Amino acid sequence: MSHPASVQAVHAAQTVHSLWTSVAAEAPRKIPGPHIEYAQLSPTLIVLGAAVLGVLVEAFLPRRARHISQVVLAVVGLAASFAAVVALAADGYATDKAHIAAMGALAVDGPALFLQGVIILVSLVAVFTFAERRLDPAAHGRPVDSFVAEGAAVPGGDAERRAVKAGLTTTEVFPVLLFAVAGMLVFPAANDLLTLFVALEVFSLPLYVLCGLARRQRLLSQEAAVKYFLLGAFSSAFLLFGIALLYGYAGTVTYAGIAEVVGGTTPTVDPALASTMGNDVLLLTGGAMVLMGLLFKVGAVPFHMWTPDVYQGAPTPVTGFMAAATKVAAFGALLRLLYVVLPGMRWDWRPVMWGVAIVTMLIGAVVAVTQTDVKRLLAYSSIAHAGFILAGVIAVTPDGVSSVLFYLAAYSFVTLGAFAVVTLVRDAGGEATHLSKWAGLGRRSPLVAAVFAVFLLAFAGIPLTSGFAGKFAVFKAAAQGGAAPLVVVGVLASAIAAFFYIRVIVLMFFSEPKAEGPTVAVPSPLTSTAIAIGVAVTVVLGVAPQYFLDLAGQAGTFVR
Amino acid sequence: MNPVNYLYLAALLFTIGAAGVLVRRNAIVVFMCIELMLNACNLAFVTFSRMHGTLDGQIIAFFTMVVAAAEVVVGLAIIVSIFRSRHSASVDDASLLKL
Repeated sequence: MSHPASVQAVHAAQTVHSLWTSVAAEAPRKIPGPHIEYAQLSPTLIVLGAAVLGVLVEAFLPRRARHISQVVLAVVGLAASFAAVVALAADGYATDKAHIAAMGALAVDGPALFLQGVIILVSLVAVFTFAERRLDPAAHGRPVDSFVAEGAAVPGGDAERRAVKAGLTTTEVFPVLLFAVAGMLVFPAANDLLTLFVALEVFSLPLYVLCGLARRQRLLSQEAAVKYFLLGAFSSAFLLFGIALLYGYAGTVTYAGIAEVVGGTTPTVDPALASTMGNDVLLLTGGAMVLMGLLFKVGAVPFHMWTPDVYQGAPTPVTGFMAAATKVAAFGALLRLLYVVLPGMRWDWRPVMWGVAIVTMLIGAVVAVTQTDVKRLLAYSSIAHAGFILAGVIAVTPDGVSSVLFYLAAYSFVTLGAFAVVTLVRDAGGEATHLSKWAGLGRRSPLVAAVFAVFLLAFAGIPLTSGFAGKFAVFKAAAQGGAAPLVVVGVLASAIAAFFYIRVIVLMFFSEPKAEGPTVAVPSPLTSTAIAIGVAVTVVLGVAPQYFLDLAGQAGTFVR
Repeated sequence: MNPVNYLYLAALLFTIGAAGVLVRRNAIVVFMCIELMLNACNLAFVTFSRMHGTLDGQIIAFFTMVVAAAEVVVGLAIIVSIFRSRHSASVDDASLLKL
């Protein structure tokens, strides 16, 4: 061995080896159990508990009682979880008592609690849209929801006909939704890369399944599930390899440990670490691959290709949930990674993120102009919004964090409401998502069209809606963070985006309704509540944003 | 043997897997390529674990295996369901969702 570093590496390896062999010879030692602060992890644990109970309900309750008990269980679980988040925040964990729990695995701090609160509220509203059973005409005298009678049955086959006749419904969607929510709650709070990866998979796998469960147009739905699954697994493999490289670089996967090595403030440098921490290839490649994995989940260009297909094919309630909650969780994780782990190399990642933000804003807005399907239109608009949020992420200031938090809260409710409205406009084939069918909707059903117009105006960022307050906060933070050109591009992209939002409004209100146009279904109080909450949040955050901006401002500090 | 060689092998396997995902048509084969990528990650983790003399990497490899197993459960279910309704597992045939 000529190289001193490799000699040391061999030494280190022998230590590991002797650990295996000598421990076996000795009497078994007591392994100290990890110290877990269960109370501080209660939001996640409550949701997971409700999900497990949901599985048991599915197994033991008679079919007739399942739907109502699943809905009640999901709502109660999420409400209890939200209460736990509020209790933690009131206890000061968002500000001065913020710390890292569960042996360094999870952060309990302002951004984590704020985003967890948003995710839980969004999921609660999503449960209402999942539970809606009045939109589809009853099949064989039984009410049906947006989900397939039996997921395993071949579309149009005998098994499916039998399942529909027997009145089966997929009530499993509620526990599956809760598992996804639990993963999303962990994702923005993850404080080491292993937890990050596991949380990513825990919320992705249920979403893949949910995407394939549409009652109507099952081929489209299954295709969306396959695409989402293959691309999602592909991107998480990149994320995992990035984690491996960062682990190789720093010798640890905790955020604080990596940040110390990146910043060059490690107290003790052992020789193996000395040989790897000088290797910038590991750091840069690893960081880039982890970012790729997160940007995929966010839906940023050039990792956005799955978004329109999956948003269009998935059952609309799932699309709404996914568009709102996934984005919140993924941006939370992205913020923590960039602000806690990699601030020491921000001169390396900032130019890249600049480029990603600019193309995301422009491509999202420009391609949306050409869309003819409402769900695809909203998908491209979500890509453009991912770009706007990235502009706030790039401003490496406390204002940047709080503006992103506020934007995410505002955007998620608008999205959920908009997709809930899409479920109402129907014709014989189910939801009428083609834009031409929406012509003249304002004459036929002024209320629904007006509500959708409010959401579109919020997307466009018109004053007095939450979209304006969010965009203003994000662009202000970006300008103060030294990203003025980004703000110019952002305003330009907003103008392009405003064009197609307004075009839909014009189409709804100022064109003649077609003779065989769609009907607007009268929803049960569940969907009405979901839409009403969306409108209320949009207007309140637009008219009086200050309280919520302050709240986000107080929550804007990451614990290290 | 220098552990760095195992890193090169891991990178090679990962690249083969990624290339396979991009060029292969059959969803099952694409999925196997993704599994190959995950296993390349495991190899990298274990190698780095040996280089640093910490056990973290080996523990993570176990987590990766469990996650990969869960992914197989969900992935095969989705692929089999689309195969049964289309009698084809080709990712090119599934093209209803377009602009």
